[in-house]
Amino acid sequence: MRCTIGCLAFVVLWRSLSLAQDTPQAYVGARIIPMSGAEIPDGVLVVHQGKIAAIGPARSTSVPAGAQQHDAKGKVIMPGLVDTHSHIGGVEGADSTAPIQPDVRVLDSINVRSPGIQKAQAGGITTANVMPGSGHLLSGQTLYLKLRDGGTIDDLLIRNGQGKIAGGLKMANGTNSRRAPPFPGTRAKSAALVREQYVKAQEYREKIRRANGDREKMPERDLRMEALVEVLEGKRTVHHHTHRHDDVLTAIRLAKEFGFRMVLQHVSEAWKIAPEIAASGFPVSLIVLDSPGGKLEAMDVSNRNGAVLEKAGVLVGFHTDDSVTDSRHFLRSAAFAVRDGMSREKALEALTISGAKMLELQDRIGSLEAGKEADFILLSGDPLSVYTKVLETYVEGKKVFDRSDPKDLLFATGGYGASRGDELHLDGFDEEED
Amino acid sequence: MRTLWMLLVLIASSALILPAQVAIRGEKVYTSAGPTIADGVIIIRDGKVQQVGPASQVKVPPGYRLLQAKAVTPGLIDAHTVVGLSGYLNQPHDQDQVERTAALQPDLRAIDAYNPQERLVEWVRSHGVTTMHTGHGPGVLVSGQTMIVKSRGRTVDEAVMVPQAMIAVTIGESAREATKGPGTRAKMVALLRTELIKAQEYDRKRETAAEDKKPARDLRLEALARVLKREVPLLVTVHRSQDIMSALRVAKEFNIRLVLDGAAEAFLVLDQIKEAGVPVIVHPTMARSGGETENLSMETAAKLKKAGIPFAFQSGFESYVPKTRVVLYEAGVAAANGLTFDEALAAATLDAARLLGISDRVGSLEPGKDGDVVLYDGDPFEYTSHVVGVVIQGEVVSQEPR
Repeated sequence: MRCTIGCLAFVVLWRSLSLAQDTPQAYVGARIIPMSGAEIPDGVLVVHQGKIAAIGPARSTSVPAGAQQHDAKGKVIMPGLVDTHSHIGGVEGADSTAPIQPDVRVLDSINVRSPGIQKAQAGGITTANVMPGSGHLLSGQTLYLKLRDGGTIDDLLIRNGQGKIAGGLKMANGTNSRRAPPFPGTRAKSAALVREQYVKAQEYREKIRRANGDREKMPERDLRMEALVEVLEGKRTVHHHTHRHDDVLTAIRLAKEFGFRMVLQHVSEAWKIAPEIAASGFPVSLIVLDSPGGKLEAMDVSNRNGAVLEKAGVLVGFHTDDSVTDSRHFLRSAAFAVRDGMSREKALEALTISGAKMLELQDRIGSLEAGKEADFILLSGDPLSVYTKVLETYVEGKKVFDRSDPKDLLFATGGYGASRGDELHLDGFDEEED
Repeated sequence: MRTLWMLLVLIASSALILPAQVAIRGEKVYTSAGPTIADGVIIIRDGKVQQVGPASQVKVPPGYRLLQAKAVTPGLIDAHTVVGLSGYLNQPHDQDQVERTAALQPDLRAIDAYNPQERLVEWVRSHGVTTMHTGHGPGVLVSGQTMIVKSRGRTVDEAVMVPQAMIAVTIGESAREATKGPGTRAKMVALLRTELIKAQEYDRKRETAAEDKKPARDLRLEALARVLKREVPLLVTVHRSQDIMSALRVAKEFNIRLVLDGAAEAFLVLDQIKEAGVPVIVHPTMARSGGETENLSMETAAKLKKAGIPFAFQSGFESYVPKTRVVLYEAGVAAANGLTFDEALAAATLDAARLLGISDRVGSLEPGKDGDVVLYDGDPFEYTSHVVGVVIQGEVVSQEPR
């Protein structure tokens, strides 16, 4: 087969791309906020084959011979941001036929070419827990995605050591899931329906245990039960939408009864019950908002939540709930928590390593340490300043956003074509479920 | 006990009648009327700014209450909001910004719907907003009237500055009514033109016909007649460039004053907007993109500035969470996306006041204007700074750091 000029160009490009992965890349002179230790005023970050090869002060960290050097003086480098609750990619989960649908996977719904994903990259987000909505008690299985550039969902998946796709399970209580039958009409009914299903799952698991590998004695496969059993066994984390103080305590009560791993999500009224949350041991992923209200269960939301929970000793993360807040303004969440009393250190952790812990990915991402995946962002200034821009975003060493490239800039600022084909989840006043 | 209560009531009521005399000293005083004053002092007497200048020249008279801060700006102006009509609970009983039973309702007055004690009024006030252009919102072809208020007062009468400011019109997706109509953009414009022609006829007959031939009073046509007489502008919410052009076309046909609102695609038709001499209340900088706002940009304010088109910031309308945006934050993000600090501040103060026709009273710190001032503990736009004081007409209305 003859190779055309275009084909040759492709080969050359391919070679240089793979060379870029083969050649160590050194980012020199930046202020580095590693999240695994003190800030490094004049630092070096060396990336090789998608991993962090070295990190440290410029004076004591040697740049390998042959490394490609990038001058990062005057810039700030920190880990890629971890969004613990997002709805990018036109994600869909459960439908309106039942309030509890653990068999539904967002894996089967996401459009990775949606501009929402590019906007998240422009916001410095490198890992996102992409979830279905909260209009159900249980709306499906979530996905932890690396925001790599990709053409199919497979390109963005995270696999654990056993090759299993990383993700959680979305649950909700409070007002969003209260609807006409077959949905529950009260809070007590909501809890009863959830308990009923988990009791079934316990029995399903018990049948499997008793079958002891005998195929004849095994229960029929049940996709719903299989997902719930994963939760019971701590293999799948529940991400629980909950706002009002009593709803939060209900979520904790059920999680304790069935032994879930759980991340409390939103938690508008966390400030009212911080000691109880701390005693439960569950982490909290917060949303930071410009004003209270918008729905009854968010009437007492406070941006003091971060400060109050930090003081109580709770592990705190943040999320965008995109499109409730915009992925491009995710750094602002930490800044606003600081504005309302949270420490700078914990607020930056909440954007990175704390979120990684909630997704059980803390050994791979969330801080800049040798051996970890090279997910990092290059900023024009301090991460908590309104004037700071995300200049570049890297996932596993590969640049996925570059503000100096007009095509990428479009997603950062918006403009003609920036949202083509994107789905906005807020147009309907009544359907909104996040 | 009873005496104590009476005493408290007496103190409270006298405080309302006689504003305290207040002086404000700031390390940086941004006046919106001239260069930033380093170590500046503002003297507010009987609710009005009496003097502004460097501390070396302006002395605080004895007996004045003195407030101090790192940075000081004029009270912020939200050039378009629904705060006070669209309540924070977002339940049917507190949503009064649109009435969906009819497409043409210019007779709906904002003063009959405004709740000055709504929680979001307090919220935006504590974030530096002292003046709001609020009222009927987008979502219906002609949704009603707007008004201009101060963000203080227990009653609408205490709050109001301009009881009928503009008539709110929407052309585009959100005004589409599939069954009742108007179901298309062309139909929206046809209905609007028909109604304006009716109002022309009505007004001509009311003014020229013999007493026994005058048409009966019609509140809807009366309201539109004020638009035709250029007494109040038409506030037209449009996002798509073709809808912006429709608004310009109608305004030219009827020779009415037009204010464009939202205008997500304004950057596509800057020349035409400039040529028409029409100001823009630009969508919130951080507004969500999608549907007819899919092309909005954080840089639109900067593009309007560069084109020489007058513009101001707004908090807009939010249907969900958060229930309102805060104009201080929107201005800040615009300042980080192409505007200078001074330009962004102007679009939330003096430029907004001019656009709304109230610059004789508010928008800058100059002698004779209302004593509306905001105090900050750092750069007003920085995420981690706080509003540490808000003064409206010489009254300290907020001191809780926000």
